[in-house]
Amino acid sequence: MAIDVRTQAALALHRFGFSPKAGALGSIGDAHAILIAELDNPVAGQIKNQELLSSGKAARAAFDFRQERQAARVAVRAQGQSSDHEPNRAAADDPQSEMMRKEAKQEAPKSNPGPGVPQQIYLEEAKSRLDAALDSDVGFVERLVWFWSNHFCVSADKGGVRPLCGAFEREAVRPHVRGKFADMLVAVESHPAMLLYLDNARSIGPASFAGLRRNKGLNENLAREILELHTLGVRTGYSQEDVTSFAKVITGWSIVPPRLAPEHGGEFMFNARLHEPGSQRIMGREYQDNGFEQGRAVLLALARSPATAKHIATKLARHFVADDPPADLIDRLAKRFLTTDGDLKEVTKALVNAPEAWDAPRNKLRRPSEWLISALRAVGVRPPDVRPVLQAQNLLGEPLWRVPAPNGFSDNSAAWMDGLAQRLDISNQIARRAGVGIDPEALAEDVLGPLLSNETRQTLARAESRPQALALLLMAPEFQRR
Amino acid sequence: MTFLRHRATRRELLLGSGALFAWAYVPRLALAEGRDPRLLVIVLRGALDGLAAVAPVGDPDWQRLRGNDALTLQGADATLPLDGFFALNPAMPNLHRLYKSQQATIVHAVATPYRERSHFDGQDVLESGFTRPGSTESGWLNRVLVNLPSAGRVNPKNAFAVGPITPLVARGPAPVLSWTPSRLQPASNDTMSRLLDLYRHSDPVLARALEERGALNAIVQPGPIDANPMKSPGKPGEAIRAYFTEAASAAAKFMARTDGPRVGALAFDGWDTHANEGAAHGRLAMLLGALDGALGAIESGLGEAWRESVVAVITEFGRTARINGTDGTDHGTATVALLVGGALKGGRVIADWPGLKEMNLYEGRDLKPTNDLRAVIKGLLRDHLRADERVLANDVFPGSQTVKPLDGLMT
Repeated sequence: MAIDVRTQAALALHRFGFSPKAGALGSIGDAHAILIAELDNPVAGQIKNQELLSSGKAARAAFDFRQERQAARVAVRAQGQSSDHEPNRAAADDPQSEMMRKEAKQEAPKSNPGPGVPQQIYLEEAKSRLDAALDSDVGFVERLVWFWSNHFCVSADKGGVRPLCGAFEREAVRPHVRGKFADMLVAVESHPAMLLYLDNARSIGPASFAGLRRNKGLNENLAREILELHTLGVRTGYSQEDVTSFAKVITGWSIVPPRLAPEHGGEFMFNARLHEPGSQRIMGREYQDNGFEQGRAVLLALARSPATAKHIATKLARHFVADDPPADLIDRLAKRFLTTDGDLKEVTKALVNAPEAWDAPRNKLRRPSEWLISALRAVGVRPPDVRPVLQAQNLLGEPLWRVPAPNGFSDNSAAWMDGLAQRLDISNQIARRAGVGIDPEALAEDVLGPLLSNETRQTLARAESRPQALALLLMAPEFQRR
Repeated sequence: MTFLRHRATRRELLLGSGALFAWAYVPRLALAEGRDPRLLVIVLRGALDGLAAVAPVGDPDWQRLRGNDALTLQGADATLPLDGFFALNPAMPNLHRLYKSQQATIVHAVATPYRERSHFDGQDVLESGFTRPGSTESGWLNRVLVNLPSAGRVNPKNAFAVGPITPLVARGPAPVLSWTPSRLQPASNDTMSRLLDLYRHSDPVLARALEERGALNAIVQPGPIDANPMKSPGKPGEAIRAYFTEAASAAAKFMARTDGPRVGALAFDGWDTHANEGAAHGRLAMLLGALDGALGAIESGLGEAWRESVVAVITEFGRTARINGTDGTDHGTATVALLVGGALKGGRVIADWPGLKEMNLYEGRDLKPTNDLRAVIKGLLRDHLRADERVLANDVFPGSQTVKPLDGLMT
């Protein structure tokens, strides 16, 4: 099935990017070339804001903030002769519980001083991410960042993670979306945000120094999700024993306790005192105990597994092409993944060059946030404040960096079908804001080009007002699906 | 100037996990018997620690297994006695009261046929009703509705506003609608009908998804809680309690109406207690308390209809029998199912207790399943909604021919 050049250009922007900004569609020559060019452009996918904090600094700022608030509370209590005792002190070498002081405890006191430090950091990061998506050219690299960030998701709703989730994406995901999968894997699994989110920061080897002393032990959460969600995929032959052994291997992958180290608190550390000594057998292979390298070796082996290649290939194809992607496409991508040792730029190029990626029918429903960005780009609205955008994402069921579970937000159209009514309300809102200055019919031609159907054209022409026509355009099937 | 708060607003949580999915038809066979039954299914996502919710205080190995975390009949965190062997987490006084008045049944050491430990596969089996994950895109609750003879739609004029994410248990061919309150000024009916017209001509799937929307908000007024989404929520436990209660209460008021839906589903997240589980006064106690509050809200919200109602609380699997190295529990196997409602023959813990000795644990680590959750649900569907037993074995829970519906759950 050959599609004409103009349709291909429109597809490039809608299926692989964040939809064209006004005027962009007409200037495209070769659809493949523009995608490959963005992949090769080192500036694409970078966050401009230089003021954002590293994860270590963010963690320390959040920690200091909590200390100050607590001190203030203690002072207030002393004044009020309250008999409440202080909250339990965290064990000195239990960084997670230290960092997991509930966000609620930082909730503003009665004289509302505005959002606390963790929330301020979160909002700054969210704004920078929104800008990156709105400013991006095609948006293909940014879409890849979103894809991988969802594959390796963390949640701001877990204690201690909120100030780190933006830094996590910038530090562990962005640098690697066009690099090696293995590098991204190691960066992600050793990042403080992930270690907190999936409880590994406090997992202790039963026979480790700390384990023997304190009768504490393993938490297998991260090990299981690495195997099930991040690499091999579920039902690919690993056993409970493999999960347990792997959990032992990554004991000690933890965080510098901010209380003990004002300089490096909140940063990753390999804590040998927590690490389970001895070699471990995982999926038939023996891993000698050489500290941090033991876990790294397991991750590298997982990154090279054909099961991982297939898992990643399937998810990529599902995200960009179809809920049930063609088997040939998955095979092609998985092969490329294996022959290039997980070179994600090569895998992504293979996706762009695969005919199946262009021939698939345009019936994949955009995920809510992707649709929202596309709508804002099309209309040319740049919200001065990120908070209404975050609220819209919440309303649509896809709150930013706040996944309900570690498998991330669904990439199946069916999961999002029921949110259409919310999308209509939000379209309505955007259209009212955009006002009557936009000609929806011209915009439809401009943004959708050859994808625009006659039915939609007629619907827009007959609308009772320009805002109504604009809302209908954002809701049109060819703008909802790609 | 308003600020987004750190945590989910009530509305957000409703959207994420508390949205009500409901079926707006009356089961005909039950109606012929002079009944008008209601069924509400509550899915707890993340795997509830059944041993911490309903503790086997009479098991000699219980305290050895859980150590200081074992809930017992004595002390400051004394459990609420049920039948001499089992006792209820002290955070659940409503459930205890219902149990004492024969309106609650607890099934212990129960599990779906799923025997691995992935949440997502586990939820897939729990909600799809198939024996294996990834088998289908529809849920057992939806399929039982498809096959249930209906005495007609409750109120054809009342369509439903929709929420953003449909859980698998409710997905499928039966026209199931969902409701969540909307904060935004909704698009006008005129815009809606134009859009529907466009969809009908060019995209019937989108048309169907949007079609049922309409005047549902007139049935369930969001109420004063929704009027001010920015107001301070208090402590986190209170906020979650308020979320659960609000969602449950809305569901119950909905289903109480004579023109309201008869079958519904809710889902609550957050039960994955890997670290610092806090069965006595930590996180799990707070969640169980919130669930207990929700059950109370359902009882009062249903009013007269409570007599004819059953609420089934289910989860994908249980957690490890022992406490892990971080004062939590990892993914396990058997757990509890909680049934409440005025239509139940309650006041019982149904369990074929496997014991907690090392040799009795499943794979040496989990509570061993001795009851099949499908038998419990099939018993409910057959005796409460009058679903056909063959349909249950073939279509609703395929491959469950040998799993007989549990008898005697209903009065």
